[in-house]
Amino acid sequence: MSAAPITQPVTRPTMRDEAWRYADFDAITTFAPEAFDEWREIDVAAGETFRECFILDSAAPTLRRIRINVAKGARAEVFAVNAAGDYARVELAVSLAEGAHFEFGGVTIGGGDATREFVTRLDHGAPDATSNQVVRSVHWGQATGNFLGRIDVGRDGQRTDAAQDFKAVLLERGASANARPELEIYADDVKCAHGAAIGQMDEMARYYMASRGIAPDIARELLIRAFIADAFAALDDEDARDGLLEIALKTLGER
Amino acid sequence: MLKIENLHAEIGGTKILKGLTLEVAAGEVAAIMGPNGAGKSTLAYVLGGRPGYEVTAGSVTFKGQDLLDLEPHERAALGMFLGFQYPVEIPGVSNVQFLREALNSQRRARGEEPLSGGEFLKLAREKAALLKLDMDMMKRQVNVGFSGGEKKRAEMVQMGILDPAFAVLDETDSGLDIDALRTVGDGINAIMRAPDKGVLLITHYQRLLDYVKPDKVHVLAAGRIVKTGGPELALQLESEGYEAVTA
Repeated sequence: MSAAPITQPVTRPTMRDEAWRYADFDAITTFAPEAFDEWREIDVAAGETFRECFILDSAAPTLRRIRINVAKGARAEVFAVNAAGDYARVELAVSLAEGAHFEFGGVTIGGGDATREFVTRLDHGAPDATSNQVVRSVHWGQATGNFLGRIDVGRDGQRTDAAQDFKAVLLERGASANARPELEIYADDVKCAHGAAIGQMDEMARYYMASRGIAPDIARELLIRAFIADAFAALDDEDARDGLLEIALKTLGER
Repeated sequence: MLKIENLHAEIGGTKILKGLTLEVAAGEVAAIMGPNGAGKSTLAYVLGGRPGYEVTAGSVTFKGQDLLDLEPHERAALGMFLGFQYPVEIPGVSNVQFLREALNSQRRARGEEPLSGGEFLKLAREKAALLKLDMDMMKRQVNVGFSGGEKKRAEMVQMGILDPAFAVLDETDSGLDIDALRTVGDGINAIMRAPDKGVLLITHYQRLLDYVKPDKVHVLAAGRIVKTGGPELALQLESEGYEAVTA
């Protein structure tokens, strides 16, 4: 008779965990326990540039977790559209070495009653690293869009320059958005900027467009395109940028 | 061309227009002058179909159609242009993108072929030059960071590109210096002075009328047209004031 294997029980997140506070717990129960322990690991070597663009559009609950180690002077860029049909969570855990840069542009868009969220955790433990995160959310129906961005600046993270910018447009009453910047700073020469704004569609802009002959649905699409394009402004590949925008706007057409 | 009869309109329950009757014939430039709060801008927005401006009685016929029955974008496609007193900023959308979409939306609604990118740019360049607006401004976001005068000139470039049959210009002269006033006046004449077009110029002051000579001047006070005359009426208003003239 052999001894029972000793396994570390994986603890499921609870609502008390800051990083999970706006999550959809009904959807989370459908994930296998191992899912909460799995990370895709990416190492970006010194001086290199890594870029990834992806789209979440699954009809089933999705959890995507990426851990990125950005070596000295390297650059990592992630651009994502979260337009899934059910709960979809993207987690990015990024560790920045000296002089490294991390760029993140995310869009959550959609209706229904799904929660779509980006959760980032940046470790600015080394000097002179920079990061820029821009998230735009567009929701209707009973949908929710979230951006939880945590930044840890360690004692050695002098001259860190980290920016987070979140804006949401809610097209209908019932939709919601949550922004939660969280900063832990232990260095003294640090710039950490964060901003969040949640609002409605600019009706005067829409009327101005209508007065020039642009039909309401096209006006709305132009305004939303302009709004979400901020998230991909740092993406210098025009085809990739247009591709992400088209996918995001396609969702709007299904409204 | 534009026939307004007994128009009553209110905003949020406050009655602003109280039986306004006015007709503008094809080929005519009509000026509407009046004191603050008379209902000038309300008239402009009612003609442009702005949400929140409720017509409670009366009718507006434009090119033989019931204008009030049309959505704002349908009015534009029929040839109605509203020059805004306060042009609206649209972050993230360039003038070129905005106006090409607007022109082609109108053309499609009228069953015409949309213009290609090249054809559109040629037209935009021509109209920008007419209003002495740098083409670089056309590539910038709509009205974002424009000075008051630039916004008004950009409005007139829009009018030139869209080539409407009728323009309602709400205080297009406000915020313009003397040189810009002349440029805008020349632009209005070049774009809108035609036998098959009409203009309703809404203004506080006589000075724009030095450049765009009106055929008729109407005085709007307390929601109604209280006096109508020729260009001389504008001069009389300027020297004597609204109270004396409308008393």
